[in-house]
Amino acid sequence: MMIELALNILDLVENSIKAKASFIEITLDESTINDILTLKITDNGQGMDNDFAQSIKSPFITTRTTRRVGLGIPFIRQITEMCEGEFKIASEKGKGTKLEAVMKNSHIDRPPIGDIAGAIRSLIVLNPDIDFKFTYKKDNSDYSIDSREWKEVLGEVPINSLDVQKLLKKDINEGLKNLGR
Amino acid sequence: MTTLNELKKLKEKAVKELKTREGKATAKITVGMGTCGIAAGARDVTSSIMEEIEKRNLADVIVSQSGCMGYCEQEPLVEVEKDGQKVIYKKVDAEGAKRIVAEHVVNGNIVGDMVFSSEK
Ligand SMILES: Nc1ncnc2c1ncn2[C@@H]1O[C@H](COP(=O)(O)OP(=O)(O)O)[C@@H](O)[C@H]1O
Ligand SMILES: [Mg+2]
Repeated sequence: MMIELALNILDLVENSIKAKASFIEITLDESTINDILTLKITDNGQGMDNDFAQSIKSPFITTRTTRRVGLGIPFIRQITEMCEGEFKIASEKGKGTKLEAVMKNSHIDRPPIGDIAGAIRSLIVLNPDIDFKFTYKKDNSDYSIDSREWKEVLGEVPINSLDVQKLLKKDINEGLKNLGR
Repeated sequence: MTTLNELKKLKEKAVKELKTREGKATAKITVGMGTCGIAAGARDVTSSIMEEIEKRNLADVIVSQSGCMGYCEQEPLVEVEKDGQKVIYKKVDAEGAKRIVAEHVVNGNIVGDMVFSSEK
């Protein structure tokens, strides 16, 4: 499997969805000046005990019994360590979960970000009942999209209707292109 | 913000359409996006499905995602709900996804060689 941060993001967001989050915030912050790439995922799902949250960084803990494959929390933690960064997780039962993965941006092992535009669009379209806020910061510029703002304008028109899908694609692609992605 | 203006226009148009069309979906496609699904290529499958829907302008098809369906070695799994029948396809790739849209979703013919299970 090709390692691509966009896929890790989809996988980590799947945890938030499983935890019944209704709002998920994804932030990528790329500082070429400080040579740091930070990924943050915050959700308002059911959360977990802090002890458990700290323990899942080790590869042997999962509430799932099926085979694991190169993804999940231990894997993103491993990436951050290979890239001279760090991984932090904070969670509170009933409140939600916050993940932060920091990497040295220019590190040779830092996976490419990959198709993040496609990932964000499909999250918004395929999960119309969940709200997403995505921000991509690059040095002093940023692009942000908040599905709550879109839904407010749309009213009774579903966010997963075809014309909205096309506009989402355009907005995200252009927004990221303006940042040089 | 130009997108917001475009969105407002789009909304007005869509509201009119909703009234005439009832906005009822004729098919629902669900992609398994659990860890195993993603590792096996579910993201590319999703992109391929969305592209095909856009290209064919299938406004009455809904795409959705689900978590692990419990058959990890068969991923990527894609479920199609159409005409009261549910069909699950296994080991779908980007090409297979296009066939599912063209043959099953549009023409109503189940893609036999990719079927994992089906139920009425
Ligand atoms: N955002 C989250 N909210 C609540 N629980 C979580 C969250 N992320 C992870 N977890 C818990 O940590 C466990 C390990 O997550 P992960 O490494 O992705 O493996 P898996 O999802 O395969 O179990 C999950 O099974 C879940 O119990
Ligand atoms: Mg997981």
